[in-house]
Formats: sequence, C-alpha cells, structure tokens
Amino acid sequence: MSNHVLAINDLRTVFETHAGPIKAVDGVSLTVERGQVLGLVGESGSGKSVTGYSILGLVDAPGKVADGNILFKGEDLRNATPQRLRRIRGKEIAMIFQDPMMTLNPVLRIDTQMIEAVQAHTTSVSRTEALERAEEALAEVGIPSPKERLYSYPHELSGGMRQRVAIATAFINKPDLIIADEPTTALDVTIQSQILSVAQKMCETHGTAMIWITHDLGVVAGLADKIAVMYCGRLVEMGTADQIITDPRHPYTHGLLKSVPGTHKEGERLYQIPGMTPSILALGEECAYSARCSKRSAKCAHAPKREVVFDRYLRCHNPMGTTHD
Amino acid sequence: MLAFFIRRVGQSLFVIITMATLVFFGVNVVGDPVAMLVAPDADQAEIERVIRDFGLDKPIIQQFGLFLKGLTRGDFGNSFIFGEPAIELILDRLPATLELAIGALLLSIVIGLPLGLVAGLFPDHWGSKTIMALSIFGFSLPTFWVGILLIMTFSVSLGWLPSTGRGDTVSVLGLETSLFTLDGLTHLALPALNLALLKISLVIRLTRASVRETMQQDYIKFARAKGLSEFRIVRVHVLKLVLIPIVTVLGLEFGNLIAFSVVTESIFAWPGMGKLLIEAVLQLDRPIIVAYLMLIVVVFVTINLIVDLTYTALDPRVRLGGEKA
Repeated sequence: MSNHVLAINDLRTVFETHAGPIKAVDGVSLTVERGQVLGLVGESGSGKSVTGYSILGLVDAPGKVADGNILFKGEDLRNATPQRLRRIRGKEIAMIFQDPMMTLNPVLRIDTQMIEAVQAHTTSVSRTEALERAEEALAEVGIPSPKERLYSYPHELSGGMRQRVAIATAFINKPDLIIADEPTTALDVTIQSQILSVAQKMCETHGTAMIWITHDLGVVAGLADKIAVMYCGRLVEMGTADQIITDPRHPYTHGLLKSVPGTHKEGERLYQIPGMTPSILALGEECAYSARCSKRSAKCAHAPKREVVFDRYLRCHNPMGTTHD
Repeated sequence: MLAFFIRRVGQSLFVIITMATLVFFGVNVVGDPVAMLVAPDADQAEIERVIRDFGLDKPIIQQFGLFLKGLTRGDFGNSFIFGEPAIELILDRLPATLELAIGALLLSIVIGLPLGLVAGLFPDHWGSKTIMALSIFGFSLPTFWVGILLIMTFSVSLGWLPSTGRGDTVSVLGLETSLFTLDGLTHLALPALNLALLKISLVIRLTRASVRETMQQDYIKFARAKGLSEFRIVRVHVLKLVLIPIVTVLGLEFGNLIAFSVVTESIFAWPGMGKLLIEAVLQLDRPIIVAYLMLIVVVFVTINLIVDLTYTALDPRVRLGGEKA
C-alpha cells in the first residue's frame, strides 16, 4: 500500500441537462500523499470545484459521478453507502468553501456550528468537552479571545475571521484530508495571505493533506507541493510546484503564468490568453485548448491520452520548451 | 430596546387615532340607523325622540368630540339595538372568535409546515406534487362552499362532528373557553378547519419556497461537508431560517383570522365577533361597528409588535431600535 491518502482514477462527473450531458470532470486522475498540499488550478468552469465536490459525493443534482474510482485510504468512496460517506465527511475529509459570508449559517451561533461538527461523529463527546475543543481550534487559527467568539453570530465577525472559523471547524476532527475550495478568493489580499499561512500551519502541525482549489497560480505557488492544472474538465498538466511554476510545459499553463500581473514592465499591456473558454457541450475529441493555442498542429484534433513526460503528467502533443520555443 | 418600545407605542397611538377618525366618519355617512330602529308606522315625534336619544341631532363634529371623550374612558357608546355598551358586547364574543382563530392557526402550522417541508425537500417526488396541487385548491375554493361541504360530509353523511354552534365551555383564568372540553373541541373542529384551509395552503407554499431557497445555500453544503445527518440539517439549519418568513406572514394572518372570520362564523353559527359584526352592519348599529373596527386595529398593532419581537429571537441579524451591529 502506497502513501496515498487519496488516489483519484479516471474520474468523470457529468451534469445531465436539456442540452445534453455536460462533462464537468472528464477523466481526471490524481494522487495526494499524506501531509501533502496539492494545488488544483484552473479557470472558472474548468471543473476544479466539481472535482472537489465529487470526492465527498456532494455534487448537486443533476450532476453525478459517472465513472472512475475515488480511493480514499484504499476505500473506494464511489461504492460507499450514504451512511459511510456521512461518517467520512467532516471526520476524515473536511471541506472549506469559497465565501466565508455564506458558509456559516447566519442564524446559528458559532458554538452551535462547531459543536455539531464534533458531535456528528462522536456522540459520546459531551457538550462541555466539544466546547473546549472548539475553543482550542479557534485559538489555533489565531482568533483572539476564542471563548467570547464562540458565542458570536457569524454576522458579528469579519470575513477573514469567518474563514478562520471555517478552517477551525474543518480541522476540529483532525481529518486526513482537507478540500479547500477557493478559500481566499472572496477575501482581500492582506487577509488572503493570513488565511494561507494559517492553513499551511494547520496542515504542518496535524500532518493533514490538502487539496487547495484556486484559479490563482500565485496563491498556490508558495503553498503547494504539487500543482495540477485543469482546463475544460480535463487535467492538462501536473507536477511539483517547482516544475509547474518555473518550467511550465503545457501551453495553457504557460499562458496562465504569463497572465499573472507583476512580471511585466510598467506600462506594458497585461497578457491575456487569446479567445474564450469553449463550451464544454461542444467539445469532441480535440484538445480543448487547441482553439486558443499558439502551438496548435494537425495532431491536436485528437487530444493526447495521458502522457508522462519528464516525470510529470502532461497532456499535449506540442509542449513548450521542446520544439521551437 | 426601551427606545424601540416608546417609539412603537407612539406610532401605534397615531395609527389608532387616525383609524378612529376614519371609522367614525366613515360609518356616519352610511345609511340612516333611525329608520331601521323605529317602527314603520312611527310618527315624526317618535322619530325625533329616537334621534335625540342617540345624540344624532347634534352636529357631526360635536358627536365626534363626544365619541373621542368616551374613547378616553374606554366607552364606545351603547349599542343602538341592545342598549348595552358596545365594547362589552364585543368582548363577550371575543373568546369564541379567539379560539376559532387560534385553532385555525394551529391547524395551519401543524398541517402546513410538515407538508411544506416535504414538498420543499423532495420537489420532484409525486407526493410533493400532489401536496402542491391540493394547496391550489386550498387557495381557490371559496370558504363558504367548503364550509357547506364540510358540514355535508362530516355532520350530515358521516355524523361524526356537530355542524353548528359552540360546545360546552369551562372557565379558564376568567375566560369562558371551549378549548378544554371534548364537546367544545368537536364543535370547534369543522369551523377551525374551514377557516384554516386557506392558511394551510399559504404555509405550505411559503415553507416550500423557503426550504428550496435555503437548501441551495452554501451553509447547507458546508453543514453536509461537516458530516451532519440530513435530519439535523433540516431540523436545525433549515427550519430556523424557514420560520422567519412564516412568523411574519402568520402574524399578519392571525389578525386576519380574528378580524375576518365572518363567513365561517356565519356558516357554522359560531357565536363570535364576526357574526355580531354582520348583524350590526345589517342593522346599522354604529357603535358596535366602530368598537369592532377599533378593537381590530388594536389587535393588528399588538400582533405586529409581537411579530417584531419574535424576529429578534429567530434572526440574530435583526436588532431592534437600530443598535449598531
């Protein structure tokens, strides 16, 4: 048995619509090692969040996981009963969401919302004990006077504080894996870096593995051990953070990195990838990125199967840095 | 909180005084009560005696002054027909109407809320669709017709329940009520159900819409991701939010139930205020009409105050008196 906490193999999640099936996640395979942080990067609609939800069986109808395996510590979550999945959620795999304004129930106090996370999994824990654990967890994510904050309502806290509460809640049962769905997107920049370092610290202290979903390569650059890049429901490139950031091979990754403002001379126009994300509905055999790709060739009419080039996962016929780049 | 109360009482007084003026003049321009009261063959002297007795010979402004003066002592004048103080006649009938309204309100919650929850949680189930279809009947069928149908079915054909009148009463806290005798309850069942039918439909639709909206929220997803059971999610996370709109609407509807149970009281010969009002209107018994309408204004004002207070208990985001959050 390897050291994988999570091994996803050929995951396909499909949304049945009137216009036809939408392959939101189309054959994604990835692994997360114990204590490792995987950055899952892509634009809006690339299927990165749906991948996260698929793991926990939280995809909303009409979407459903159509194919593939989700092996969590060797157990295939696709075959798990709803009861078993419920036991895993929050206990072994926890989630943090994008908008801290929306993830805490506005009419319930913080203590209620944290205690229930403990008691949902261990009914033998008394209220007092659960409260103590909640207080500890809040202190750990850097919330001042955690005891008083426990009796606050969400609207009495700032966005950054709420996200800390969400992180504390996610960590309260010491899960093996945390899926963080763009947890810093809705926060302003100074708070973003605080939340990042809190999450990083928590993962290190508890040896928790994490999937950090984001559209911002800059965010994961310093945080992730491994980065996976998604485009139109497909994984296009995956490698160590170093490989992806300093030496991107897929033209899309390359374009993404070039689009990060800050690497430009002052006054120079910001770079944008030409064209628009294609409709997933209309996608066929071709490489989804081919319409926007500068290195497109005739071969691109058929997207390559997975390829491992230079010890990384890459799905491209004409990778950067090989031909005439 | 105190400032809130003082302001509300001030507003309420304004509403009550405005209403008193409107009602007094409104009622005084309609019809000629004297013609209704004297015998058809009465001579002019007799008619003028009656006019003088009721003070109708004075200028309208002076009549209004006397009316206001009476109001400050809680005196709404004597009924033209019964010769007794109007307000006492109405208050005598109030318990009967109140128990009818309370019965109907309870029915609408006890029946409407669970059905609405089911319809909201399983919107595509055939059972939910049946509930929604039936609720349309509840909305559109006229009360008087349903009342007659209820009597035909349960009293005439099946003989299970009495068709008219109020059952045995016992004195509870100085109020004569039929809520605590079996005979009283059997008499109450049909009229309360008839009155409740519309409210049940209203609660079903409101609950369903509110549940569906709430279930889409991120905090429900977060609650799922915490591993909470579906039961707890509905009972704690959904229900409390759903109750907020229901409390508002039902509060106002309760006022309506008290004020406008006229039709139901007439069909079931329920000796409540509504029946008294109808008789008073037919006989142009002005003091009773005025006293009744004034009482209803007070009821509405009070209910609104209670609804606002209930809000703060349900929704922590609402703080009375414009305190800073």
